[in-house]
Amino acid sequence: MNVWQFMLQNRAEVIELTLEHVWLVGISTLLAALVGIPLGILITRRPSLNKPILGSANVIQTIPSLALFGFLLPAPWIGARADRLAILALTLYALLPLIRNTYAGIKGVDPAVVEAGRGMGLTDRQLLFQVELPLALGVIIAGIRVATVLLIGLTTIAAAIGAGGLGEYIFRGLAMVNNAVILAGAIPAAALALLADAGFGWLERRLSPR
Amino acid sequence: MNEASQTQPAIEFSHVSYRANSSDGILHDLSLEIRRGETLVLLGRSGSGKTTTLKLINHLLKPEAGEIRVDGRPISEWDIIRLRRMIGYVIQEVGLFPHFTIERNIGLVPQIENWPADRIRARVQELVRLVGLDQQLASRYPRELSGGQRQRVGVARALAADPPILLMDEPFGALDPLTRAELQREFLELQKRLQKTVVFVTHDLREALLLGTRIGLMEAGRLVTIQTREEFLTSTEPLVVAYRDAFSTGPDTSQPRGRS
Repeated sequence: MNVWQFMLQNRAEVIELTLEHVWLVGISTLLAALVGIPLGILITRRPSLNKPILGSANVIQTIPSLALFGFLLPAPWIGARADRLAILALTLYALLPLIRNTYAGIKGVDPAVVEAGRGMGLTDRQLLFQVELPLALGVIIAGIRVATVLLIGLTTIAAAIGAGGLGEYIFRGLAMVNNAVILAGAIPAAALALLADAGFGWLERRLSPR
Repeated sequence: MNEASQTQPAIEFSHVSYRANSSDGILHDLSLEIRRGETLVLLGRSGSGKTTTLKLINHLLKPEAGEIRVDGRPISEWDIIRLRRMIGYVIQEVGLFPHFTIERNIGLVPQIENWPADRIRARVQELVRLVGLDQQLASRYPRELSGGQRQRVGVARALAADPPILLMDEPFGALDPLTRAELQREFLELQKRLQKTVVFVTHDLREALLLGTRIGLMEAGRLVTIQTREEFLTSTEPLVVAYRDAFSTGPDTSQPRGRS
């Protein structure tokens, strides 16, 4: 049986696992954005926090994902359910590109524009929301794009701790030594990554200041 | 405005010092009075402290020592945001907001001051006309404008909320000579009508003589001398002489004075 026949026969399950995958990636990216973007803004205001925050996010990124899932297993509440655990780990992985791009985006705003804004009496908040964030938006979206594509790949590993998603097929296929089953997980995951990349790429171009 | 505030200097520096911080120049014990309605030109070479002096007025830089008073009140007692909104600020790089139309750029301060929309629109139209721009440009974005047009917008934006004080940091420095001359002439016309208190920074003696009612010559963080245009042309102060010499090598030497 080739991969297409397998996917056709199990289309209900393929769709279910794909949706699960999308949900895990989506919620993790959202949480990472809710934490990472404010942290990125914070380190433009408090340069002394720059090193510790970017450094921590960097370190997290270097932990092998399978190990991170394992480390979190004994955690209370989080460890009780596989999807919670997966979401936490994935969120941590997505933090670095979001913090870094938010910081770079704001720092990349033309200093003359910031000086003019400050000089004309914009408050810090007005400067941030009316000038810096709109001008940094393209770079921030690029960070979300990188994070999403990264997480679509990483989420396949979350199946190892039973969090579901397309990784189920990959691990099942590995156990069965069946390439068609592995591909039934890998192909939709790759398609999702390409789709997300193209979608956010389009958004990035649309929302970048002219 | 009462009698006392009329005679009081608009801006006063007493014994102000500022230490070098990255690219900003140093300043030693600067004392200076800027009168209401005058155009004081700060002349000097790069790093002489002119820009630092300017940025101390709108508190983009904080003095190390000494006191700066605006309208008789020490800056430390001002609400900085309020202070900045009554001081127009024009810089060489212009710094227009690239994601806003010209109209929104000019109307931003009135907008954050919560003026009603129709009053903002009327004010923007008035300013666009005042700085000699085509009304049709109002809906364009800064990148669609030429350098000269952008700096006109910069001036219009600084004037939006009708501030009594205007700080201008080499505003025409990046423009081609013809556009610069055009904007200088228009600035004189504008200033004749508006009578703002203007502090104007330049390193161009010709520009200083053309625009300034008084000229403050700065060197290495000190104010060397402050003189009227006429005094400046006949002064024997060595540095003033050096400046006149430096600018008199070209064929159109003492022209600025003759023009009237």
